Amino acid sequence: MNMLRAVMLALLLGLAFVASPVATAQAGEAGPSFPKAQGSCVDDPATMRRHHFDFLTHQRDDTLRAGIRGAKYSLKECVTCHASTAANGKPVPVNAPGQFCQSCHAYAAVTIDCFSCHATTPQTAEAKP
Amino acid sequence: MSQPTSRRDLLKAAAIGAVAIAPGLTLIAPAAARPLGTGASAANRWGLLIDTSKCDAGCTACVDACKTEMGLTGHDRPLTDSQYIRKVDVTDPASGHRHSLPVMCQHCAKPPCVDVCPTGASMKRADGIVLVDRHICIGCRYCMMACPYKARSFIHEDQSGQKPDNPRGKGCVESCTLCAHRIDAGGQPACVESCAKDGRAAMLFGDLNDPNSEISRRVSTEATSRIRADLGVEPAIRYQGI
Ligand code: SF4
Ligand code: SF4
Repeated sequence: MNMLRAVMLALLLGLAFVASPVATAQAGEAGPSFPKAQGSCVDDPATMRRHHFDFLTHQRDDTLRAGIRGAKYSLKECVTCHASTAANGKPVPVNAPGQFCQSCHAYAAVTIDCFSCHATTPQTAEAKP
Repeated sequence: MSQPTSRRDLLKAAAIGAVAIAPGLTLIAPAAARPLGTGASAANRWGLLIDTSKCDAGCTACVDACKTEMGLTGHDRPLTDSQYIRKVDVTDPASGHRHSLPVMCQHCAKPPCVDVCPTGASMKRADGIVLVDRHICIGCRYCMMACPYKARSFIHEDQSGQKPDNPRGKGCVESCTLCAHRIDAGGQPACVESCAKDGRAAMLFGDLNDPNSEISRRVSTEATSRIRADLGVEPAIRYQGI
């Protein structure tokens, strides 16, 4: 299933490149652009790009159903590092246009379901228990 | 920081943790944070003891703290807005004696909500905390009908501005999680904390499986009751004064 999904994605991306070399060239860049996070990721970027959804889907069950906390892949941690800060000091939602999650998903034409429930900005200081 | 990477490693880590703590369980304080990477354990049974003689009708400290902690925003529709805790005012018609008691999910040992759920979304953790796995909840609301305590709510509207520790969205059922995120970090539920600070200090949180915890000592030496104990669902929330 995952293999199939990966192949489909690769095909789609490949088709996009083939079908719109002009558009891509005009935009002057080969992929989506988004604000870079500070620090380093929990895994290398290529692995995360290809497998983050599997990691998150697997770990969500461990966390919610078994109560295992602090494992490697946490959506909360993704948001903590990848939400950028606006000029007014407020965090920008990761699913806002042009932001980390949204820019790539828009490029790959994949809808993100995570953020109909999950917080899109990091925990603020006053909200911490 | 070295983190377990595969499921197998996680399970191994969990097993080792359980073996290491099993012989000396009673020595561990009830609210000690569970080591990262270990799961909820059946050695614990988290519960509350609520003294309704202290609780008064004007006080909503627990309800307010819950809404803040869990990010429960309403639409001024009391009938359908999500509520994890309700203050229920009851009057004995014979004597006129009045109580006001907070009622939340009773974290039943035999939860009817779990029995009826067609998807497995309603579930009970090893430590007795009953949760909705919103990833697989289809919003059928069978559990709301089955719950004898009217503990569950359905989210009717798109949500934004959720708290990172309480993801919630339209189309799912939700209820009190006993603040599982705080318990896992060694804390106590937000309602209990605020009842002690801003309320009447009527709530006590602890491990009913630990004979040395204050809640166990009081439950074994003082008269306590459970709402609708006749149903046999064995709630983890106990009351005094009703
Ligand atoms: S009080 Fe209701 S929602 Fe909570 S465990 Fe019991 S049946 Fe389920
Ligand atoms: S609403 Fe969700 S949790 Fe409740 S019974 Fe239906 S699927 Fe299960």
